[in-house]
Amino acid sequence: MDQPLIRLEGVHKCFGDLEVLRGIDLEVRRSEVVVVIGPSGSGKSTMLRCINGLEPIQGGRIFIEGVDITSSKTDINQIRQKVGMVFQQFNLFPHKTALENLTLSPMKVQGKSRSEAEQIGQDLLAKVGLSEKADEYPGTLSGGQQQRVAIARALAMQPDMMLFDEVTSALDPELVADVLNVMKDLAREGMTMVVVTHEMGFAREVGSRLIFMDEGVIVEEGDPRLMIENPSEERTQKFLGMVL
Amino acid sequence: MDAIGQAFADLERYFFNIEILRDTIPQLLPALLVVFEILFLSLLFSFLGGLTLALVRLVPLRPLRWLVGAYVDFFRALPLLLLLTYIYYGLGLFGSTTGLRFLILDPIPAAILGITITYSAYSAEIFRAGISSVPHGQMEAARSLGMNNYKAMLHVVLPQTMRIVVPPLTNELIAMIKDTALASVITTPELLFRSREIMGLKANPTPLTAAAILYVAFTLPLIRVAARLERRYGKGARPVGM
Repeated sequence: MDQPLIRLEGVHKCFGDLEVLRGIDLEVRRSEVVVVIGPSGSGKSTMLRCINGLEPIQGGRIFIEGVDITSSKTDINQIRQKVGMVFQQFNLFPHKTALENLTLSPMKVQGKSRSEAEQIGQDLLAKVGLSEKADEYPGTLSGGQQQRVAIARALAMQPDMMLFDEVTSALDPELVADVLNVMKDLAREGMTMVVVTHEMGFAREVGSRLIFMDEGVIVEEGDPRLMIENPSEERTQKFLGMVL
Repeated sequence: MDAIGQAFADLERYFFNIEILRDTIPQLLPALLVVFEILFLSLLFSFLGGLTLALVRLVPLRPLRWLVGAYVDFFRALPLLLLLTYIYYGLGLFGSTTGLRFLILDPIPAAILGITITYSAYSAEIFRAGISSVPHGQMEAARSLGMNNYKAMLHVVLPQTMRIVVPPLTNELIAMIKDTALASVITTPELLFRSREIMGLKANPTPLTAAAILYVAFTLPLIRVAARLERRYGKGARPVGM
C-alpha cells in the first residue's frame, strides 16, 4: 500500500496557554475525501492550517507525501505547492483580475510562461463555470463566485491534495450549492481532500471518511453514512443532533 | 472715502504691484527649477527610504526594529528647520575646522539630505500603516500558494499597500512642497530665498506675492494629478468579501 499523502503524528498546538490540538493522529490516503466536523473551537480549522504549515506546532510531526514539514530542513514553500488551500474568507487578491489571481503563483513560483499559465487558468475558470468572469476584479463578483475562483486558484498550482476551511460558511445559502458542486466534481475526479465543513449532505454524498473533533482531539471517525445514521460516541450524537 | 481709497492703492502698490510682478516672475523661474530639483530628489529618496524603513520594521529582529522605530520617532520629533541648520551650518563648520571637507555640503544637496531624512520617517509610518492594513489573509493566501515571504510581499501585499498609501503620500507631497521653503534659511536659491532678495532690491514686498503665485500655481495641478492617481489606483479596490 502506498504511503499516505498526509500523516499527522501526535500533533499538539497551543495558542499561549490554550491547547487547541491535544494529540492528533491522522492519515489521509490518495483520493480520500476526509470530512472534518465539530463545534467551533474544536480545533478543526487549526488542524487544517497546521497541515499547510500556516501554524507552527508545539509537539508531534506532520508529513506530506512522506516529508516531515516540521523539520527545519524542509522547504515549506515547496510543500505548499502540493497542498492547495481554500479559505472561509476567500482571500482573493483584490488588485488582480480573476484570471490574474490564477496565473500569479504558477508564473512567479513555478516559473510557467504567461501563455501556459493563462491556458491552465482559463481551463480552470471554465471548470468552475466562470469563464466569462476572467477579466473581472474580485470586488465585482458574488461571494460564491469569489470562492469558486479561489478554488480554481488553488488548483492552478496543480496540487496533489486540497484543504477546504469552512469554505461555504461565509456564503449566502443560495450560493452554497454552486461551490459544493465544484467540490463534489473534484472529489469524483479523485482529488485528495480534507474538508472542514458543516455541510452534512456533502459528507454523505462524497465523503470517504467522517471525522468528529471536539476540544482538540478526534473523538470519532468512520464511514460518513454510517456515522451520521448511527454515531457511537455521545458527543458526536449531541453535535449531529444540533446540525442535522 | 479718500483714506480707504488710499489704503487700497497702497496695498496694491506694495503687494500687487503689476510692474514689479511682471519683472519678478521671470527672475524667479530658475528658483522654481531649484524647488523642482529638491522636490523630485527628496520625494524619490524619501519614498525609497520610507519603504525600506517600513520593511525593515517587519524583520523579526528586535534590535533592528527598535533602531528603525527610534529613527522614525526622533526625526518626526525634530524640527526640519533645525535639521537643515545642523546639516548645512553645523556640519559645514565642523568640516572646515577639522578638515573633513566632505562634510561641507552645498545648500541644494544639504536641503535634499535634510528633507529626505525627515520625510523618510514620515513615509515609513505611512507605509507601515499601509502594509498593516492589508488583511492578514492576503499574506496567508499568498503563502499557501507557495510564495515565499519576499514574493508574497512583492506581488500581493505591496501592490495593495501602494493604493492605500496614495492619499496620505499626496498630503505628504503637498507638505514637502511647502517645506522646501525652509531651505531658504541655508541660502538655497529657491523661491522664498530669491523673492526675499528681490524684495530687498525693489524695497517692495510684491516679489513675495510672485513667489506665492508660483507656489500655488504648481501645487494645485499636482494636487489634481494626485487625485487622478488615487482614482486610478482605486480600480478594483472595492473590499473583497460578502
